[in-house]
Amino acid sequence: MRATAADETQSGTLVLLCLASWAIPGAGHFWLGRRSKGLIFLIALPLMFAIGVAIRGRLFPFELSDPLVGLAALADLGIGATYFIASALGYGGGEVRAVTYEYGNAFLIVAGLLNMLVVIDVYDIAMGRK
Amino acid sequence: MLLIVFAFFVSLVFAVIAKDEALGQLRFGGLMFGGFIASAVVLGWLMYPFPL
Repeated sequence: MRATAADETQSGTLVLLCLASWAIPGAGHFWLGRRSKGLIFLIALPLMFAIGVAIRGRLFPFELSDPLVGLAALADLGIGATYFIASALGYGGGEVRAVTYEYGNAFLIVAGLLNMLVVIDVYDIAMGRK
Repeated sequence: MLLIVFAFFVSLVFAVIAKDEALGQLRFGGLMFGGFIASAVVLGWLMYPFPL
């Protein structure tokens, strides 16, 4: 069965919604009118990412030769535009000798993973499951 | 200190995702935050006898 124009428009909007939610944490919830939730994500997730960078965490490179580093890089990327801004400004080099290095990595990785959950939540809300 | 900050943020985001009403969020988030702290203390003491 072929998709109708309305279905295609709806799926296009859904993709755009998820992309916006990924790029800017909470943007999807704002879009769907859930402003208080969106505001919490907009503040909490970039702040968590910023703390990770500030305590010398590392933004991992995409090295497929080392699967764990590749997965960590994928998780870091989950935070969206903030990742690219931090990379462009030269942050996230990491300082392996710092006491807080591992904690910094945990903050960066978990901030990205939580934003991925936020994107899934937006998708569920848009599909009427929540 | 970092553990507490980490637990706070993770609990906050999970509570806001999982629950819609404020009371439910507070209960879920509080329980998760307490669980984080309690499990860290318990695991810390369990690891205490083992050398690095």
